[in-house]
Amino acid sequence: MHELAICQALLRQVLEVAESRCSKRVERIKLRIGPLSGVETGLLKSAFPLVAAGTPCEGTIIEIEDIPVRVRCQICGSTSQARSNRLLCTDCGTWRVTLISGDEMLLAAVELLDAETSNKWERAHV
Amino acid sequence: MCDSCGCAGGTDHFHVSGSIVRPAVSGEVKVLRAILHENDHQASHNRAHFDAAHVLAINLMSSPGAGKTSLLEATIRALGARLSVAVIEGDLETENDARRIRAAGAPAVQITTGNACHLDANMVHAALHKLDLHSIDVLFIENVGNLVCPAAFDLGQHRNVVLLSVTEGDDKPEKYPVMFRTADLMAITKLDLMAAVGDFDPAVAKTHFRELANPATVLEISARSGNGMDAWIDWLIREAASRRRSRSAQYEVAHG
Repeated sequence: MHELAICQALLRQVLEVAESRCSKRVERIKLRIGPLSGVETGLLKSAFPLVAAGTPCEGTIIEIEDIPVRVRCQICGSTSQARSNRLLCTDCGTWRVTLISGDEMLLAAVELLDAETSNKWERAHV
Repeated sequence: MCDSCGCAGGTDHFHVSGSIVRPAVSGEVKVLRAILHENDHQASHNRAHFDAAHVLAINLMSSPGAGKTSLLEATIRALGARLSVAVIEGDLETENDARRIRAAGAPAVQITTGNACHLDANMVHAALHKLDLHSIDVLFIENVGNLVCPAAFDLGQHRNVVLLSVTEGDDKPEKYPVMFRTADLMAITKLDLMAAVGDFDPAVAKTHFRELANPATVLEISARSGNGMDAWIDWLIREAASRRRSRSAQYEVAHG
């Protein structure tokens, strides 16, 4: 369950962005995650509220763009979609391929509420 | 001109930990950075420490009980004076493994992670300062026994070595692709138990490993009988030598 450690790293980065813009409320976090990053996205979503409690990320929506596993063949040059445990060229069948996507674990964007709206949010929830 | 740093990037951006971040309309701020950026940064710092001391750092990973510590004990004895080895041991609890390494004749630093299922770059950084890196050729970082979590965290190593013992089954690379895909060497261990296990086929394990698009060396080893140890020792000596060569080549380029 390393997703908890990943959530803590994510929270630190998001809070840094929020603080630098004087925002007290993070509305949404957008992530890009591929299956070969080793992150279980369901676990990540359920673990985040545990680390975010009492911070500007409490109740924040986590939006995850699932990145497909894609490989480029080193022999015939074609690109194809692949399963995590069968990184093969669909055209010629070789395993001599290069991964071109699917191992991402990226913080893509953070959606902040402006000062006025975040004050209202705080009054309504505290 | 930018308000926070005075750079010529205009007023539409600000800075977070040295990266330029540009806000878009409707309060969305694009970041596009690795979630584990902080760990990656610490790992690069660790790697710089290893490089400065010409140390080959190896992240040794496997499931619990695959024989990581036994392989290290046999490796220390087989190397003798050819390469000096030190070990950073990661376990949830106990100093047992560090004691075994010291008894085999190498310095060892034990990290007890408590509940953490993996080592991270910060833990390794704290441990490496307890070692005299300049007297070491090869540093093994024996990760917590786990085929999932350790794969996500860069520690600053140069090479990943993943063990697969014959008692675990030959389909492990197919079941744990994230771990086995990043291996620079896969060692099939406990070869002396293969007859007793009966259904482990090294060729099948190797096929699953290749299907992860991994061209890395596969070795079959028994630390107990010594079978296959020569090829492993040769690989280590070659890797350590090429690290020293690449460092001196870089030095020559930099300093003429």
